[in-house]
Amino acid sequence: MKRYSGFGLVKHAMSHHENWERQWRNPTPKKQYDVIIVGGGGHGLATAYYLAKEHGITNVAVIEKGWLGGGNTARNTTIVRSNYLWDEAAAMFEHSMKLWEGLSQDLNYNVMFSQRGVLNLGHTLQDMRDIQRRVNANRLNGVDGEVLDAKGVQDIVPILDCSKNARYPVMGASWQPRGGVARHDAVAWGFARAADAMGVDLLQNTEVTGFKIRDGRVYGVHTNRGDIEAKTVGCVAAGNSGVLAKMAGFKLPLESHPLQALVSEPLKPVLDTVVMSNHVHGYVSQSDKGDLVIGAGIDGYVGYGQRGSYTTVEHTLQAIVEMFPIFSRVRMNRQWGGVVDTCPDASPIISATPVKGMFFNCGWGTGGFKATPGSGHIFAATLAKNEAHPIAAPFSIDRFNTGALVDEHGAAGVAH
Amino acid sequence: MFHIYCPYCDEYREEEEFHPSGQAHLRRPADPANSTDDEWGGYLFFRDNERGVHHEMWLHAVGCRKFFNMTRNSATYEIYETYKMGERPSVTAENVGDLKRQSGVQAETSGWQTVGARPESESLNEEEQA
Repeated sequence: MKRYSGFGLVKHAMSHHENWERQWRNPTPKKQYDVIIVGGGGHGLATAYYLAKEHGITNVAVIEKGWLGGGNTARNTTIVRSNYLWDEAAAMFEHSMKLWEGLSQDLNYNVMFSQRGVLNLGHTLQDMRDIQRRVNANRLNGVDGEVLDAKGVQDIVPILDCSKNARYPVMGASWQPRGGVARHDAVAWGFARAADAMGVDLLQNTEVTGFKIRDGRVYGVHTNRGDIEAKTVGCVAAGNSGVLAKMAGFKLPLESHPLQALVSEPLKPVLDTVVMSNHVHGYVSQSDKGDLVIGAGIDGYVGYGQRGSYTTVEHTLQAIVEMFPIFSRVRMNRQWGGVVDTCPDASPIISATPVKGMFFNCGWGTGGFKATPGSGHIFAATLAKNEAHPIAAPFSIDRFNTGALVDEHGAAGVAH
Repeated sequence: MFHIYCPYCDEYREEEEFHPSGQAHLRRPADPANSTDDEWGGYLFFRDNERGVHHEMWLHAVGCRKFFNMTRNSATYEIYETYKMGERPSVTAENVGDLKRQSGVQAETSGWQTVGARPESESLNEEEQA
């Protein structure tokens, strides 16, 4: 792999950028690997990368039924933050945040991580109490955060309607300056390129059709390109995790829902931070290209359709216009949906399963993008050592039987 | 956008009137005090999350306020049937292949979600005229 640099850019400019090498190989599947990762999205690719980099396990295959990063990695609103309420969740998302901060250098790939700050608005007295509690909890866990009043919010976002006349007046917000956005595609591509350079095989257009299980132990997978063997299998398939679990013969506490997002036509710079509101239920940031990136809520029914209801779009835009009257005449360019696997407690599952050698990393629901590097890092450690990484341990699947849930619903400002 | 037939109101209404309420036909452990953690956790949290034919409960939230059941394809979003609480589904994953398409439901072949009662399928419209 040739390293990317400013000098390289100038050099390739001389040859009209026609001689860049391919970012990764397109290998033929081998018969056997040490570890198979099912799912070539951000989390799966990050897992492969950290397996190779931190644990020296390079005989790894990432099996993807479509193309790399073509699922939820390419469909989210790219928001990164770590201001979660509970110790377990804060530890994980802050672990991820620290990896984000050095990720471009680490991968030699510009993931355009921009720490422009994240505001979670409060519109009621109870919102403000929850925000104060969460910010205090964050600070005790070493996560940066501030409680702002309406004036403080207005100073950061002049175009936000903070007047008393609003239907749901803004009373304040929590402010995480280290939060921000990143370029979602670049994250997948950067992990893919770096993993491939260390010898990981990225197998695209390869669909897992079943697992080879004997005496309660996994020893490989069936795919549409033949059988592939491995003693350790990690499944990172987001919305389709339930389908994989069914193939392996067990159930997961997940439901798959469509989650939508939309972008507007490009505008001149008008919003230089991320604004989220749970109460009116919408979140928005402006991309470097100038389009407003707007997130919606999930559709309440189970759906694998990668598309959602128009009513959800309508409700989201009502919320956005309520907060930003200035956007009322902005036209929307594109709208799309992804399939998110939501857990009852809105926290992920990183866990061993009833099948020995098979691990699942799923249940990220509506907020998985921000965790991409952290999730890959701790899942790689879990796969390499065959036991849960300390940060991953509280997110075991057992918690749904023991009752030790990590209940982040709402408490974390989780905008779903 | 779904166009949903409420079996109690006996009418098609728009999706906005309804609220999805999760998997149908869940059975609460008969003796909760003596159920194991696995049984209770299974009842509370573990779901089939079926990709394909899915039986689910809906609430006609701004209509008759009654719960009813629906059989729907969670991948194509086609609605096969709605039926009252206490009834059993007539469409299941086993017999869905030989289903005679009910008029006025979303057609699998229409590609995109159909808005309104008339699916973009000629055969169904012919049936209606006859």
